[in-house]
Amino acid sequence: MIEHAKTISKTYGLMAEFDSPEALLSAAKAARGAGYRKMDAYAPMPVEGLAEAVGFAKTKVPLIVLIGGIIGGLSGFGLQLWTSAFDYPVNIGGRPLNSWPAFVPITFELAVLFAAFAAVFGMLALNGLPQPYHPVFNASRFGLASSERFFLCIEAIDGQYDAAGTRAFLEGLSARSVEEVAP
Amino acid sequence: MTTSEVDTRWPGEDLRTPVVAPDETESSVTNKIGGIVLRKGFPRGWLLGFAAAFTLMMVMLYGITWLLIKGVGVWGIDIPVAWGFAIVNFVWWIGIGHAGTLISAILLLLKQEWRTSINRFAEAMTLFAVACAGMFPLLHLGRPWEFFWLFPYPNTMGVWPQFRSPLVWDVVAVSTYGTVSLLFWYVGLVPDMATMRDRAKNPVVRVVYGILSLGWRGSAVHWLRYEKAYVLLAGLATPLVVSVHSIVGMDFAAGVVPGWHSTIFPPYFVAGAIFSGFAMVATLVIPIRKIYGLEGMITTRHLDNMAKVMLATGLIVAYGYMTELGMAWYSDNQYEWYMMLNRMFGPYAWSYWMLIACNIVIPQLLWLKRVRTNPAPLFVVAIVVNIGMWLERFVIIITSLQRDFLPSSWGSYAGTTWDWAVFVGTIGMFLTFLFLFIRGMPMISAFEMRHLVNHKKHDKARHGAA
Repeated sequence: MIEHAKTISKTYGLMAEFDSPEALLSAAKAARGAGYRKMDAYAPMPVEGLAEAVGFAKTKVPLIVLIGGIIGGLSGFGLQLWTSAFDYPVNIGGRPLNSWPAFVPITFELAVLFAAFAAVFGMLALNGLPQPYHPVFNASRFGLASSERFFLCIEAIDGQYDAAGTRAFLEGLSARSVEEVAP
Repeated sequence: MTTSEVDTRWPGEDLRTPVVAPDETESSVTNKIGGIVLRKGFPRGWLLGFAAAFTLMMVMLYGITWLLIKGVGVWGIDIPVAWGFAIVNFVWWIGIGHAGTLISAILLLLKQEWRTSINRFAEAMTLFAVACAGMFPLLHLGRPWEFFWLFPYPNTMGVWPQFRSPLVWDVVAVSTYGTVSLLFWYVGLVPDMATMRDRAKNPVVRVVYGILSLGWRGSAVHWLRYEKAYVLLAGLATPLVVSVHSIVGMDFAAGVVPGWHSTIFPPYFVAGAIFSGFAMVATLVIPIRKIYGLEGMITTRHLDNMAKVMLATGLIVAYGYMTELGMAWYSDNQYEWYMMLNRMFGPYAWSYWMLIACNIVIPQLLWLKRVRTNPAPLFVVAIVVNIGMWLERFVIIITSLQRDFLPSSWGSYAGTTWDWAVFVGTIGMFLTFLFLFIRGMPMISAFEMRHLVNHKKHDKARHGAA
């Protein structure tokens, strides 16, 4: 048990570097085909199909945005209705207190505002950002992941991970370099 | 057979000037964009420009200080013209901001890839224009320190804002717009902040960009959520931008004053906003691409497209003017018709005819491809449109209020030195922010440019092989 914990604490995983988004995409697919599950790919720009290749297909972001928009719209309309018709009703020539057409613009604005907040903070929360520390930054060449190089990291917690075997596997995928990442 | 003899074009190939020069690569765009920010020291031109802009901003602060000491009486406003420069400038600035949202959101949804190299810049322009715009109604309040009365909060007076008034809609619309624009701009910046973090040599600079990047590491899963959130924000910003200027139009249309009380206002204001905003983007981008050598990313294709948008929206605005004239005549309402005659031949006729020249006559030059693709004449037309759109708001506000129903309550209006100081000063504030932005943040979205360059390479490879 203690032996096992030690091997985990010694390394986060193996990081392989690639030249192009295509090489990364095919490497991720190959790794998944070989049975690896705990991995992530890193690219300086969005690459179509890469998230699916590392085993992640759906995101809850749209649902969160929808909920945010609905809450925003309801609170916008509720606020106007409550203040104008219940808390401080003003009778102006017998006009209806629930003058809903006049409440549409603010209802709409607040729906957009809340939906936008939901989109940004929902996305950041699901991504776990802001995150001051992450092991991948320990890889010596990872600084290039934000400009011109593409990386695939197979993590040590993967059931199939084995330092020598996984390294050989990644090298076989025509990686430019393979490096062990400190946790 | 040598390759030079082969016709390498494929059916349907785009023969127009490319949106990115063919010799640009993923790393060349990153280097160029990042290099402008990460270089050491300040170029002399930047310092001179910043100093000039900062001086103008000080003029604004001086004008505001005097306004706060003496009250709004230092401005030219009085009854009947109580909405003077402040509202003219507010509408002008907020309209300028709209092109930024249009470029970044609507063109993203329409998959117009030419937007990529100008969207970041246009979004920054939006933010700074909204900041300038927001100041005017607040200063116009007379007691700007009580601005929070505009928001619904439980208060000892026991009253709420009048939610049925377009003026309150305006407060909500403009503050929502400012907030959403800021979110959109910052979300777009996060991956580029990570690039800056990784390329910065100076440890302090690296920490600052590191904090701003929120720890972005480019994970495939993160990118998936990021792209989804970004496109949804674009989808939200699109109707938002239309609603904001429609509500600004309703500020006028809900009043009974002849020249304001018109159903054409919301759509015609939106078109005018886009018209002036694109003119401002062109005004700023033409010198910047030259100075920073970005012609490979902001090509003549961009200038051509922006000019076409200006031409189209300019014609919608011209249609709006014709409708105002036609409806005033057709309504057979003596006040409406007199308002029109007063605009064309009254004491402020100069402003009306200058407006027609700036917004309708001169922009017709944009029918010529020579003008659209040539930076110098396009720059001149863009400046003329900026002036014309300011005059449009001047005409709408001043000539309508100046002579309404009863001749006994007619009056006149002229901006004072303090009006001009604050107006010119906001241009200084806008440019100050813009200079700081250009120096401190990547002004072109580097990750989207890499994406675009990669796509172009693929198109070429795919069709080259076929």
